[in-house]
Amino acid sequence: MTGPFEGHLRARRDAGRKLLIPYITGGLGENWTEAVEAAVAAGADAVEIGIPFSDPVMDGPTIQEASDRALTAGATPVSVLDEVRQLQVEIPLAVMTYYNLAFKAGLHRFASSLHDAGVSAAILPDMPLEECEPWAEAAGEAGVEMVLLAAPTAPDERLVRICERAQGFVYGVGLLGVTGERAALAASASEIAVRLKQVTDMPVLVGVGVSTPEQAVEVCRHADGVIVGSAIVRQLLDGHGPDGVGDLVRRFREALDG
Amino acid sequence: MVMQEPSPEGRFGEFGGRFVPETLVPACQALEAAFRTAWADDAYRKRLDGLLNDYAGRPSPLTECGRLSEELGLRLLLKREDLNHTGSHKINNVLGQALLAERMGKTRLVAETGAGQHGVATATAAALLGLECVVYMGEVDIERQALNVFKMRLLGADVRAAASGSRTLKDAINEAMRDWVATVETSHYCLGSVMGPHPYPWMVREFHRVIGEEARSQCLQLLGGDPDTVVACVGGGSNAAGIFSGFADTDTALVGVEPAGGAAVGRGVPGVVHGSKSYLMQDEFGQVQEAESISAGLDYPGVGPEHSHLAAIGRARYEAVTDDEVIQAFQLLARTEGIIPALEPAHALAWISRARAELSGQTVLLNLSGRGDKDVPQMMEILS
Ligand SMILES: Cc1ncc(COP(=O)(O)O)c(C=O)c1O
Repeated sequence: MTGPFEGHLRARRDAGRKLLIPYITGGLGENWTEAVEAAVAAGADAVEIGIPFSDPVMDGPTIQEASDRALTAGATPVSVLDEVRQLQVEIPLAVMTYYNLAFKAGLHRFASSLHDAGVSAAILPDMPLEECEPWAEAAGEAGVEMVLLAAPTAPDERLVRICERAQGFVYGVGLLGVTGERAALAASASEIAVRLKQVTDMPVLVGVGVSTPEQAVEVCRHADGVIVGSAIVRQLLDGHGPDGVGDLVRRFREALDG
Repeated sequence: MVMQEPSPEGRFGEFGGRFVPETLVPACQALEAAFRTAWADDAYRKRLDGLLNDYAGRPSPLTECGRLSEELGLRLLLKREDLNHTGSHKINNVLGQALLAERMGKTRLVAETGAGQHGVATATAAALLGLECVVYMGEVDIERQALNVFKMRLLGADVRAAASGSRTLKDAINEAMRDWVATVETSHYCLGSVMGPHPYPWMVREFHRVIGEEARSQCLQLLGGDPDTVVACVGGGSNAAGIFSGFADTDTALVGVEPAGGAAVGRGVPGVVHGSKSYLMQDEFGQVQEAESISAGLDYPGVGPEHSHLAAIGRARYEAVTDDEVIQAFQLLARTEGIIPALEPAHALAWISRARAELSGQTVLLNLSGRGDKDVPQMMEILS
């Protein structure tokens, strides 16, 4: 029953590799797809592509700004997925977006459009466990794996139930807060990794507040990998382009490979 | 049974639910449990009633309009929420939530505000109970509601500008939710309307039920029965939910009035934002549209889920009025009754005035949700 996205991550993890998933906001600048390719070339194990939403409540200032810019430039779910479809990459792709974009399109239609664009997993950060059933069904039919978030506020029994439903990987939320770069790694990042590893053997990746290669290494003492969003997106916002993204991903890769 | 408890999942028909980041789910569950226990606890209810009466000034009067009734050709009654402490209905909900926060051991209140009335009420309750208070307000609203910003600061609140998106109420809610995600262990999110994730739409309606219950018995005394029509303005829909709940099981017609530029029920289609499924103004892809209204308190593209349900089952109807009609109604009430209304309930009067032929000869109860002091500077500019 393990889907291809999860299978890919499991195989790499079981081979002893720490997993690295950079996040890039779809539609951010003319050459955002080149940034995806640069991230892949620099050693990403999968890439998470954000479909920008008008009201991203789980995102801090960096990804808010990226979303605003992409939307102002005219990005839509359709335009972003059209560009994703053209990507030639050898690793699986995930999409992160908010529930309303899927809901408005129709859950089944949205899930199929992800699949048709070559996306094999999706993260909807404003869809908690209790609301996931309709999406689980639609995504399942379309062959899209449903990643679920697990937060530090969840009691252990809830973590168990989340891991039972999650597919692809379980996304450990590294801190109490929204996405964004932080000077230091929160203690909660390692804690959520430890707690999740105790209850599941599916890949456990930690994101939100993992901003530097050193922080990634620290979390990966317990986690199977990291998701790096704001630090990567900042490269694009600051005009460093695909090369900036590639360089940063390479630094994470080298640090994780030790 | 309408306007009772939602389903265990927080649904009113197909609307509602709990669409929040996973981080907030345990806090929503804890809040629901705390509310259920408190609401059934005599000591809590007594303390809340005590504050509502001796601090906020309840019960609010029912005023029968003389000159305006004659002018409109109907019998107009006003439920005077404008006379509450802090100047609007918002205090009913805030006192309930602040006492709950204290019960849950939270030391900090986070709130969003549009017109500033909910922010002022929250800052007031925080001062009263010795809680820390942070209020998010859109940059546009900070400008047009300067008086309330000053009041909140005077009351000891930290007022923070929401600078993203349309820089109005919707964006203030985004910022408040982001704050709550980061501070959930010590903070209670004191949401200001019947929206957001379960249990808020239900809980906030229950805190405002007092409006409807008082009005029902006041009407019974005055009229010997129920009014023909109850009218209230709808932003998120809390004052409307409060007064509707007193008449939901009667034959009284219920009318919610939205601004034309923020008519979620009138122009929206179902969507999911800010924690629940409800009618929402959005584009073809599901991006939330920016509302545009003269009234900061109604400048919101969504609506509470129970109103979507009441509209869907036909128990309430929802109408929209233009800014120009509101400006007329604002002056009309001042000139004929000596009452300067807030711009929000002026929407309700604007619809009554427009629909006077249809309402001719009826007894119409308007929920006068707030007073107009905050809007006077803005109206001075518009009318000069
Ligand atoms: C006086 C008054 N009425 C109504 C509203 C709108 O809120 P709701 O629709 O929740 O009653 C506000 C909001 O600021 C208000 O200040």
